[in-house]
Formats: sequence, C-alpha cells, structure tokens
Amino acid sequence: MAALTREETEALIQEVLEIYPEQAKKDRAKHLAVNDQSLEKSNKCITSNRKSLPGVMTIRGCAYAGSKGVVWGPIKDMIHISHGPVGCGQYSRAGRRNYYVGTTGVNAFGTMNFTSDFTEKDIVFGGDKKLAKIITEIEGLFPLHKGISIQSECPIGLIGDDIEAVAKKGNKEINKPVVPVRCEGFRGVSQSLGHHIANDAIRDWVLENRDGDDSFPTTPYDVAVIGDYNIGGDAWASRTLLEEMGLRVVAQWSGDGTIAEIEKTPKVKLNLIHCYRSMNYIARHMEEKYKIPWIEYNFFGPTKIAESLRRIASHFDDTIKEGAERVIARYEAEYQAVIDKYKPRLQGKRVMLYIGGLRPRHVIGAYEDLGMEVVGTGYEFGHNDDYDRTIKEMGNATLLYDDVTGYEFEEFVKKVQPDLVGSGVKEKYIFQKMGVPFRQMHSWDYSGPYHGYDGFAIFARDMDMTINNPCWKQVKAPWKTAASSEAVKAVA
Amino acid sequence: MPSVMLKKNPEGKLVFYVPKKDLEEVAESVEFDTAEKWGGEVVLADGSKYYFEPIAPPDFPITLRAKRVDSGEE
Repeated sequence: MAALTREETEALIQEVLEIYPEQAKKDRAKHLAVNDQSLEKSNKCITSNRKSLPGVMTIRGCAYAGSKGVVWGPIKDMIHISHGPVGCGQYSRAGRRNYYVGTTGVNAFGTMNFTSDFTEKDIVFGGDKKLAKIITEIEGLFPLHKGISIQSECPIGLIGDDIEAVAKKGNKEINKPVVPVRCEGFRGVSQSLGHHIANDAIRDWVLENRDGDDSFPTTPYDVAVIGDYNIGGDAWASRTLLEEMGLRVVAQWSGDGTIAEIEKTPKVKLNLIHCYRSMNYIARHMEEKYKIPWIEYNFFGPTKIAESLRRIASHFDDTIKEGAERVIARYEAEYQAVIDKYKPRLQGKRVMLYIGGLRPRHVIGAYEDLGMEVVGTGYEFGHNDDYDRTIKEMGNATLLYDDVTGYEFEEFVKKVQPDLVGSGVKEKYIFQKMGVPFRQMHSWDYSGPYHGYDGFAIFARDMDMTINNPCWKQVKAPWKTAASSEAVKAVA
Repeated sequence: MPSVMLKKNPEGKLVFYVPKKDLEEVAESVEFDTAEKWGGEVVLADGSKYYFEPIAPPDFPITLRAKRVDSGEE
C-alpha cells in the first residue's frame, strides 16, 4: 500500500472517531494528529498527558508502575518493598528484564518481590508497625542489602500511613538509606507521574548523601548514563561504546545500577540522558544544584549512534573527540555488513509503533537505517515535550496518536496495513491473530540488547525474522484464500 | 505564579522551562539584563509573557518564581 497523503490520513482519523459518542469524539480528536514537520511546537497539533477516557481501553500503567517498575526497581542492591496488598508487587515482578550482575537474594534483589502483603487488619489499624517490622526483618535476612525503598501502593495514601516517619526510624535502626516513595497508583494520569515522584524521592533522600565528601577520585571524563534500564542488556551495550571512546561511566541509572553509583552521580562532568521522559527531572535538578550539564542521546541504529557519540564528544577535549571517531570507524565494517545483509530484505517495509518513554521517536533512526519507514507512532504517557521532539523525526503526513485506545489502534492498523507493528504484550496477540507481524518493543520480545552497534545487529535480525517469517502466509485458513475459492467454484 | 527553571542554551539564549506544563521555550527578550539588574518582563518565542521581580543577575541555571503577564493563548 502506498503512503497516505495528508488528506487521506485526516480522513482516516475522522473515520475512526466516527464511532464515539459526541463528547468522547471531541476529546479523542485532540489526541490524534497528522504529523506536520513545519510545526515547531507539538501543542499546535496534539494534546497529551491527559486523563484517559472512562470506557476506552487504555494501555497506560499507574504511578506505582512508573516508580517501582521503572525507576527504582532496577537498582539492584536495594530492596524495594511493595508496600500494600500483594498483587501489585507480584504481577510486576521481574517482567521488565532489567538485567544485572550479582547473586540474587544475596547482594542483588532485582527479580525478587518484597511486599508487606496488606490484609483487612492492616487497612483498619494501619500498616506502619508492620512496615517497621519488615525493615528489621530484611536487615536480618539480607544483611548485604545497601538500602530499602518503600514503594507505596494505593491503600497507603488512602489510609494515611506515615511511611516517612517509619523510614526515618528505620534509617537510624539499620544505618542504611530507607527511602519512602509516595507513588500510590491513583496519583496522576499514567506512570509518568510515578517517574517524577521517584525522581523527587531520589533528589530528597539519596542524591545529597555524599555532598561535601570528596573522597571519591574524579577524572575529567566522568559521565553518568541516565535513563537506561538495561533491558536485555541495553545499558551494557551502550556503556562499552562510551568507555571505548575514553569516558568513564561512573553511574548507571538505573539498569544494573547501585545506590552507591547514584550517590556518586553529583560528582560527574556530564549527564547522558537516554530516557528523557522518566529521568529529565533529576537531570534538570542536578544541572541547577551541581551545575552538571546534560544532553540527550540516542543509541538506536548506526546513524543516530554516530551522531550521538559526536555530540557527547563535543563536550570534552580532543582525546575524546578522536575516541568517538575511532569507535565509529572501528564498528563501521560490522554495522555495514548488517545493513548489507538485512536492508534488501526489509527495504520499504512500513512500521507502526505505540510505545512509552523514549522509543516512539528513538527507534525511528534504526528502522530508517534498514530502509524501513515508520508511518505511525505514539506515546502511552508522553508529554508535550516528547511530541516536540518527535515531530522532526517523523515523516510528513504520518500518524501521531497519544494514549491510543485499543479500538483506535486496531482500526489504524487495519487501514494503514503496516508490515510490522511494534508495541507491548497486551497488543501482541491481537495483531498476530490479525496476521500482522509484531514485535514487543518494551521488552524486545525477550531478545535484546538493541542499543549500540552490537544491539543494532540483533535488532536487524529480529525485525527480519519477524517480518519475513513464513508463518504470516499461513494465518488465513486454506479454504478462505482466493486460490481455494476459485477451486470451489470450479468444482461446483 | 509558576516556578520556572531558567538556563542558558549552547547558543547563549535563555531557556525557560515550566515543569508542571512541560513548557520549554526560548526567551526572546528580557527587560533588564545588565550587570546590576536582571528580570522584568520576559517574552518567549511563542509570544507569552512572564514577569520576574528584578534581582541581581543570578547564576544560571536557577529556579525562580514568575508571574504570567498575559496568556498568549488558551
């Protein structure tokens, strides 16, 4: 199918909106847009970060998901208590594949679930005593942990427990950081506020711990990788490139990260932000308080990697600039071979994305390196500044959809007929049953890493094996294909 | 009275950021921007205007309280 024109895309949006009642139509219309690269600001064309409509299927998560699942969860040497009923912690346990090095249960706790398992009694009489007991118990059972965070679930805010007081007392008792996080699920419209709350908790309870302590030897090439959650090993694939060009990565936020790294971050020279949405708050804070500049970078696909490496190097002296060129040159043969192999198989294929955080815009470059085209993209929980950054990355007259509903997404895919859809696990089976090749772009479909040059090779292979998989030809029942109906007619 | 985070971008222009509104905009003009005094009316690239109590030139980046003078839109 040829690319849609601006008028056709607008007509498509109108057609999809037709089914809604008046009020809902008016509301949803603001969240769907046709991309126009000439616009400077996204608020001219799209509304984002608003409450989802009741009655539609939204794909969003909650503040607890944003804090425990995204920001705090991957900090491996801390124990994160899911404070409240048992479900929230259990169903978010280890699902995000934030890889880490360490012995689980001894000095790393990433895939374990710690919960206060609230029951009626705790709701009625309050859970503070139980929380204090848990902190003592954790110290006894897991003496090598480096700190505790208390991730509030909805009831904590509703019954008004004073977790801050418990945290302060616990901190005195075990002499390790105990961080209360007020990330009750009902706060905000999506997980995005959870990221913000988690960032603020780091700011208030962790970041200042080593202020005035200069015992950590610094170098002029210290950087921190912020907003890389090491999904399938992403942060490792990024880190090798940075170290190869001569930088010293002091901290990883927060994939495979530790609390010590986070405490040392105010000593770095430059903060590198990968996931802007979830961690720009802390970067801005550090810029103001510690005068550490920050830049966004993108390690998806060779074009963007080279661009980013050069941009990072421009903040340092010539040794790093040469280092960046050296790294790019060193991997050139490798990534060129990947492109030569897969581009002919993927050329001209069209992709629709619907993801969170940074990927709806960051992965576009990687697809383009393979000769593919992204014809629609959207954020679950993006804000205006995300869309500002997306408009220039996307082609003209492509679809933008914010907090898309299950129904809209299905209709868009039916009409646009992309060769690949990239979204999350809840969307995966719907589209596969529709016969559309699908990749989970949150967890890389149990593959990865996709960052860096090494990741690009895996990315290209995965896209090829999904799109060119022979199974898509078998999705239709043999008696329903055009050839078979001809045969039936012939027999009749 | 939004809290505004102000910083200089690489081109030396003032960048205006309001966290609550995801508003990130370059300031086109600042009423007072001398060695002794900074502040007054600030006009952003999108046309909206904010007012800062004039103070001694601050060390950017910094968070300051601003008053909205007129709403460019809404």
